[in-house]
Amino acid sequence: MWQSFYNTIIANGRWIWIPKGLGTTILIAFCAIVIGSILGCMFALFKISKKKVLHVIANIYVTVIRGIPMATQLMIFYFVIFSPMGMNNPVLVAIISFGINSGAYCTEIFRAGIQGVDVGQMEAGRSLGLSWWQTMCKIILPQAFKTILPTYTSEFIILIKETSVASFIAVVDLQKACDNIRNATYNAWIPLLSCAAIYLGLTLGLTKLFSFMEKRMAKSDRC
Amino acid sequence: MIDVRNLIKRYGNNVILNNITEKVKRGEKIVIIGPSGAGKSTFLRCLNLMEQPTSGHILFEGTDITDKSVNIDVLRRKMGMVFQHFNLFPHLTVLQNITLAPITLKLQTKDEAVENAMKLLKRIGLADKADVHPSSISGGQKQRIAIVRSLAMNPDVILFDEPTSALDPEMVGEVLQLMKDLADDGMTMVVVTHEMGFAREVATRILFMDRGIIAETGSPDNIFQNPESQRLQQFLKAVL
Repeated sequence: MWQSFYNTIIANGRWIWIPKGLGTTILIAFCAIVIGSILGCMFALFKISKKKVLHVIANIYVTVIRGIPMATQLMIFYFVIFSPMGMNNPVLVAIISFGINSGAYCTEIFRAGIQGVDVGQMEAGRSLGLSWWQTMCKIILPQAFKTILPTYTSEFIILIKETSVASFIAVVDLQKACDNIRNATYNAWIPLLSCAAIYLGLTLGLTKLFSFMEKRMAKSDRC
Repeated sequence: MIDVRNLIKRYGNNVILNNITEKVKRGEKIVIIGPSGAGKSTFLRCLNLMEQPTSGHILFEGTDITDKSVNIDVLRRKMGMVFQHFNLFPHLTVLQNITLAPITLKLQTKDEAVENAMKLLKRIGLADKADVHPSSISGGQKQRIAIVRSLAMNPDVILFDEPTSALDPEMVGEVLQLMKDLADDGMTMVVVTHEMGFAREVATRILFMDRGIIAETGSPDNIFQNPESQRLQQFLKAVL
């Protein structure tokens, strides 16, 4: 057992592919959630705005992105949009397309969070002479944030797992790194189970971290 | 101070306010009574454009607030509003609830706003609650804080939308007492309420609303002792 683990993973320094791949996975997931959050925030505000045009734009964005598989989107972004434009950095393309994808899910999460705040809060803010934006920033969003957090963190965890399809456009992420080891050694179960274990450890660790953060927040804010 | 002209509010084909013309003068304490569904709250909420009128004009201190080019946010600073469900900001302390608007709108420095807020809190005997969150105080205290929050903007008029309807009976008194104190200080007030005792005692004028119009108006004595319309007579018989 140890011998075959050594032969597949350790020998020839193949293990080095794994932390490298893991680094890429984390880089893509982290940058994508940042882009996704910004897009999500923007389109969530579009969705609750009274202007019909913005509403329609946000709806189209969410419907299209959520209705197409991630792998298909990724390949369209790479082969149809960016490659012909001369941009051949697959990691960057992965970051952008995962960001745009995650943005659609964040839109719905944020919208639900904002609409979950009692309408009286907006009225109270406006009645004091605050503008819509001031009320949104000072009163609505801080309250929405707390209800959003659990679904938002689970979106991040889903995103980390989703990034494994990045290998479709030749990104060497954790999934691809382990698969490369499988190809090099003709041993499937050790590299793939290692891959699974690392993903599991990553998501488990993050789940624990986020639930710890939620508990701290609940304590600091006794309402 | 507030001059309402031919105010109409419709939701679809449903007429809520049917051509109301009314004036509120400085220093008046107007109490609006009437059966539910009469349009009392809608009328009140139109006065600071919480509801957009379908047609008609509302002039506040000479400015037509229904004019699209008017910045309603600036005018609302001078029109306080107190809600049935208090609508305190649960994520802020009592003190922050009161100082948020004056500080955000740069009407006062932080120190001035805090000093002013503490003065107001002392006046209502809740200075010790300054640093707690609204969740840990009673309904009556919440509503008094909400009143103080609108006072912190130094409004020219305060609109009260059924301020005691969501309170436990034993807490109604403390809120009405604060409202009476404000009335005695000369604050202009427009109050929608079911508290007939308050209406009789504090109002300078009572508006009786029914089916989207102001059916009868007069001094408390006139309204309660000599109601003219049959609808008002019926209403008073039911509530007194």
